[in-house]
Amino acid sequence: MKSFLIITRRSPYGTSYGKEALDAVLMASAFVPVSLLFLDDGVFQIKQHQDADCIEIKDYSPTFAVLEQYDVKNIYVSASSLQHRGLTEKDLVLDVEVISDARIANLLDTNAVVLSF
Amino acid sequence: MILHTVNKSPYADQTLLSCLRAASEKDTLLLIEDGVYGALKGGEYSALVESAAPRILVLAPDLEARGLLDKLSTTIATVDYAGFVELTVTHDKVVSWF
Amino acid sequence: MHCIDTDREGYLKDLSDWSADVAVQLAESESLTLTDNHWEVIHLIRDFYMKYKISPTMRVLVRQVRDKLGVEKGRSFHLLTLFPDNPLKRLSKIAGLPKPPNCD
Repeated sequence: MKSFLIITRRSPYGTSYGKEALDAVLMASAFVPVSLLFLDDGVFQIKQHQDADCIEIKDYSPTFAVLEQYDVKNIYVSASSLQHRGLTEKDLVLDVEVISDARIANLLDTNAVVLSF
Repeated sequence: MILHTVNKSPYADQTLLSCLRAASEKDTLLLIEDGVYGALKGGEYSALVESAAPRILVLAPDLEARGLLDKLSTTIATVDYAGFVELTVTHDKVVSWF
Repeated sequence: MHCIDTDREGYLKDLSDWSADVAVQLAESESLTLTDNHWEVIHLIRDFYMKYKISPTMRVLVRQVRDKLGVEKGRSFHLLTLFPDNPLKRLSKIAGLPKPPNCD
């Protein structure tokens, strides 16, 4: 079965890309093995303590915790994206694997389908 | 005396850099929406923002929504919506960078 | 009987309007009488929604029921018996949740 890698690269509220990536992961996971990679400003989607009620938007960061139930076990975050933004693994709402740029290149190689949001 | 607003993340977009090149020390720069990511401490753009010519402020509700209160650079003050309105009144004009 | 504010398909417009009494009325409009077996699944799906802010798919719901209420109940058949025809839709409606997406 073809494996999917979904890359989410945008901050959570400025655009709808992040939410769309999450919806794509949930849907694809019913049919194929899916991995999810938080890259660039995408890492801000899983920053702790979000409270989008302040700006009257639905906060979807709690939904990421459901991914395990959907058999999405491979969740990666770019180490360099975190570092550039002054963040560490401890700032995130989710248990993730923090990976190097070289590992990211490897993920792009080994997954049959790569979707970037 | 100009009030500049920036609403894009410096990590994804050149808008903040363009604004900082054009703003003078008499001005105020208010970071709003995704612009608040420019107010992070310990990030790639923190030193640049902290040493910038204009006074830098950040809109509190946008910061809080994104869970960044614990990451705010110590040299940057927050304003609420009422403070935003007051800034638009006390400055000669508003320039929106988006 | 209180008038409940629902959309054309019978889903609550405001999720905070939900209560046990409202659930009973919503079930009546579906010609269902709620038993303990219904209630435990209603609470389960509400807990899921409150925690994750989304509705489960049928597959995930069945697995949740199996994990929380046991293997005997964790089958599509059990849910179909409780909420005939389309368990996920009817359960969501009675539990005061939004209409689930149609993709499962």
